[in-house]
Amino acid sequence: MHAVVFVKQVPDSTEVRIDPRTNTLMREGVPSIINPYDAHAVEEAVRLKERFGGKVTVISMGPPQAREVLKRSISFGADVGVLVTDRAFGGSDTLATSYILSQALRKVAEQEPVDIVLAGKQAIDGDTAQVGPGIATRMGWPQLTYVMNIISVDPDKREIVVERKLEGGKEIVKARLPVLLTVEKGINELRYATFPNLLRAARYEVTMWGKDQLAVDPGKIGLKGSPTTVGRIFPPPPREGGEKLPGGDDNPDQVAALLADLLIKRNLIADR
Amino acid sequence: MPEVTKEVLDLSAYKGVWVFLEQVGGEAAPVSWELLGVGRKLAQDLGVELGGALLGYGVEHLAQEAFAHGADIVYLMDDPILKNYRTDPYARGMINLIRKHRPEIVLMGATTLGRDLSGVVATELETGLTADCTMLEIDPEKKLLKQTRPAFGGNIMATILTKDRRPQMATVRPRVMPMPARISGRTGRLVKEELGVQEEDVLTKVLELVKEPGKAVYLDKAEIIVSGGRGLGEKANFALIEELAQALGGTVGASRAAVEAGWISADHQVGQTGTTVRPKIYFAIGISGAIQHLVGMQTSDVIVAINKDPDAAIFKVATYGIVGDLMKIVPALTREFKKRLGTTGA
Ligand SMILES: Cc1cc2nc3c(=O)[nH]c(=O)nc-3n(C[C@H](O)[C@H](O)[C@H](O)COP(=O)(O)OP(=O)(O)OC[C@H]3O[C@@H](n4cnc5c(N)ncnc54)[C@H](O)[C@@H]3O)c2cc1C
Ligand SMILES: Nc1ncnc2c1ncn2[C@@H]1O[C@H](COP(=O)(O)O)[C@@H](O)[C@H]1O
Repeated sequence: MHAVVFVKQVPDSTEVRIDPRTNTLMREGVPSIINPYDAHAVEEAVRLKERFGGKVTVISMGPPQAREVLKRSISFGADVGVLVTDRAFGGSDTLATSYILSQALRKVAEQEPVDIVLAGKQAIDGDTAQVGPGIATRMGWPQLTYVMNIISVDPDKREIVVERKLEGGKEIVKARLPVLLTVEKGINELRYATFPNLLRAARYEVTMWGKDQLAVDPGKIGLKGSPTTVGRIFPPPPREGGEKLPGGDDNPDQVAALLADLLIKRNLIADR
Repeated sequence: MPEVTKEVLDLSAYKGVWVFLEQVGGEAAPVSWELLGVGRKLAQDLGVELGGALLGYGVEHLAQEAFAHGADIVYLMDDPILKNYRTDPYARGMINLIRKHRPEIVLMGATTLGRDLSGVVATELETGLTADCTMLEIDPEKKLLKQTRPAFGGNIMATILTKDRRPQMATVRPRVMPMPARISGRTGRLVKEELGVQEEDVLTKVLELVKEPGKAVYLDKAEIIVSGGRGLGEKANFALIEELAQALGGTVGASRAAVEAGWISADHQVGQTGTTVRPKIYFAIGISGAIQHLVGMQTSDVIVAINKDPDAAIFKVATYGIVGDLMKIVPALTREFKKRLGTTGA
């Protein structure tokens, strides 16, 4: 079984701020992490390898320092890490990104057929949840998003059964391999990296592919290949703080009655 | 795949604002109507019609509802293959409809279904898709759709444009746009279309649909949320939160600290790594107001904060702040609301 996982390096978004004067992102000194959902995707791929044998290939697109998330994935038990990196890829939106990543996937699959592709449910920097479905669409493979549990995989019948999260519950679906899954965090518990894997990760040389190593149409990558453009970025309008209600500790009943009055007056709850 | 660079699109060939009318089992997702509300405004500003794309099996009755909520025209694909949602046939249906009728704007709900579908449709049509918009407006000069969304965990807002591809596609989370008034008797045109997909061609089968009423926590749909944080001190005290929620007919939420302490399960967590909520009333009790918590709840209509620290960050976003010991104040609130609302809290 050959599983391919897409992992993204993301800024620890809690630390990102906007420069109020220039209206640009202040990324300096912001630590980068593996997108949390993608860590679970790697873990799930490693579990598939443990069950069925085979290998796990991890692909990331980003600047050279994104090698870190690939090494991290190797320490979780992945076998091969490929970084897709090129100046020409800069400024790619989700459409261009899924195009470039699907071309990388094709190249990986040429070397060894791929059975299952895993991606995170979404990346925490953009929260778009578009890249996984974009890759599946370009490959012409079925996609199963919001997967909470892989119930069974039958490599001979080329079938997979999974549990997906839905708005009002869940569903159990069967699809044909090769398939692309996007996973929820609850799909598994991350394990600590083993010492041999940590050693391997420290020494691992990530494979790097640029635009010349991938068959990419120059019109479909980077800014030029991206239909969306960012017009303006700005800090969120601050919510105006409100009033402090008198009473508190000394007179909890008074403050409770006052709050109930206020909420009823605003028609937020109904008086009886 | 053919490696041809796209020729420039004739943008003027695309006209009209569309909403994907999401439904499950013949029941419309409320976000469909919310989108018709904002779509109506966009269509007005552009001087075009508002359309609804309705896919499913046995769903024709929803067309009437769409008219009542503002649609001028509904494109219906009613086919047994569309009984349960599956990516492939729904995507093909939408793509065929869009290729044929060429709307300039297509809006979808940022639900699990809408996110699953929109990425496929936009990729196939090679157009832009902006996720989770919180504001949609028409640029008065360029007539482009200005799509504003939060990024980086809510620390910044970005306005995104799709300048030279069509349609301009955007998703919006449920409850972000207000529900439009329902005008009964309002009518429109119904256009029936063939799906044209055979079951053999569909690569996924739905084996079982499991509804989990009562079990799943619908934080994002809740009108009233009562959330507790580390300030509760111990697990037993979390019962105070549950009692107040019950008195108000609300849903229980939590900060990550409360979840990590094991006082309540993770599906109750509000915030960056939990659920984004926008209830009418949000109670933050014993919660300090860390940015990761705030980004998940600060668009609530009214925020009530209870904290013993008068300088807690939560007071900066609170509509009504109560400084004091939650151990005294929460039971008083529960008593008061039970009395005023006639709830038993049993
Ligand atoms: C990457 C990342 C993602 C995160 N995602 C989330 C997320 O999704 N959601 C989330 O909530 N957090 C998240 N966090 C954690 C967040 O940073 C805070 O640590 C967390 O929200 C704190 O929870 P709290 O307010 O309950 O606890 P604390 O910060 O410890 O606050 C407890 C508050 O209770 C008050 N208090 C104590 N006793 C009483 C009393 N008797 N009466 C009244 N008030 C009292 C205190 O004054 C204090 O303000 C995330 C952090 C990171 C790094
Ligand atoms: N630059 C990237 N490199 C590798 N994988 C990515 C990249 N961008 C997105 N992905 C994958 O797509 C998923 C969804 O990302 P997004 O659509 O940005 O929310 C992520 O969880 C990753 O698995």
